[in-house]
Amino acid sequence: MASLDDLKKRIASVKSTQKITKAMKMVAAAKLRKAQESAEKGRPYSEKMNNIILNLSSGISDKENAPKLLSGTGNDKVHLCVVMTSDRGLCGGFNSNIIKKAKSYFSKIISEGKELKIITVGSKGNDQLKRMYGDKIIENVSFKESKNANYFDADKVGKIVIDKFESSEFDICTIFYNQFKNVITQIPKAQQIIPLNSEDSEDNTSEESYEFEPDEDEILSNLLPKNISTQIFKAMLENSASEQGSRMSAMDNATRNAGEMVDKLTIQYNRSRQAAITKELIEIISGAESL
Amino acid sequence: MSEEFKIEIVNPEKSFLVKDDVSEVVVPAYEGEMGILKDHISIISFLKPGIIKILSKSGNESYYIEDGIVEFKNNNLSILTSSIFNIADMDKSKQQDLLKQAEEESDKEEISDQSRYLIDQKIEVLKTLN
Repeated sequence: MASLDDLKKRIASVKSTQKITKAMKMVAAAKLRKAQESAEKGRPYSEKMNNIILNLSSGISDKENAPKLLSGTGNDKVHLCVVMTSDRGLCGGFNSNIIKKAKSYFSKIISEGKELKIITVGSKGNDQLKRMYGDKIIENVSFKESKNANYFDADKVGKIVIDKFESSEFDICTIFYNQFKNVITQIPKAQQIIPLNSEDSEDNTSEESYEFEPDEDEILSNLLPKNISTQIFKAMLENSASEQGSRMSAMDNATRNAGEMVDKLTIQYNRSRQAAITKELIEIISGAESL
Repeated sequence: MSEEFKIEIVNPEKSFLVKDDVSEVVVPAYEGEMGILKDHISIISFLKPGIIKILSKSGNESYYIEDGIVEFKNNNLSILTSSIFNIADMDKSKQQDLLKQAEEESDKEEISDQSRYLIDQKIEVLKTLN
């Protein structure tokens, strides 16, 4: 059995860990509010963008010559997967959930005999994927320096994706991220961004016809690359809200567990202290009796 | 009947500006400047670098933008842009920075004709601001 001194030390160490997790929880809570706010603020942009694209693509007359970003290359041989994770750990199942989702998708693609290419955003995803899929990772981006998700970063990722698409390095692009539902639940999601999957979005195209200036095709080919960045930005916002939410609940759990552990150790400590006192008393009494 | 309509400018981070007493907006559309009044036909167009002028009851405002999409429908004007600056808030050094950036960009060899056109536009507009 551990000595009294050992127990004392353990209690002290668990208590200081508890302090850390508690502080992290509070920091995450504050950051979560901010992240949620910016996720909400960013919504109108992507919604409007989506609407315009829907309106445009329904207005396009000849589908044959539609921009490739919309209609796809006609092949589905090479898949590009953009896996978006965090740069920091200690956020519960946040990263593992995305990776799990991505891995199941990867193995499906490989078993179908298709080629797989991976771009990881965030260092944690890269760490977890490079063991199994190291040769498939073609690019690793991380934004450790940026405090909050910003459009500039998303645009960088978007440009990489579009460059690769234009040099026909892949046919289909899917992004993986966590959708923020609430603090406890985050849903890992796979979203296909190239070719644009219009079935995902509900049909709210208006009957009204628009005037286009210049013509639809030109606007579309200008708009679609922007839409890629917007989608990635949306995913980044969702991801950062999810990360903070996930960290908050993970740290909340950790704080509670540490509390339970301190209670248990304290009981153990008091028992063994009492046992030592009783033992000493017995020794004294039996010594006095024997006289 | 009032001759006013609603304008909303959004950038990816937030809703940049909402106004509902606008009488006229001039946007730098891709094929030339375009003035929009109430009951304009529904239109979608995209923007080149230039200046948005907003004329409203509560005062006129001008914004410098670098790109964007404009949509007008049911007397609602939405402008989506990723880079927009209020000219009133822009000081000389900011303008110079942007101008320098654009000039550096245009010195590059490998850019396409279309982006060169846009950059030249940008330089021109920035020069007129100074």
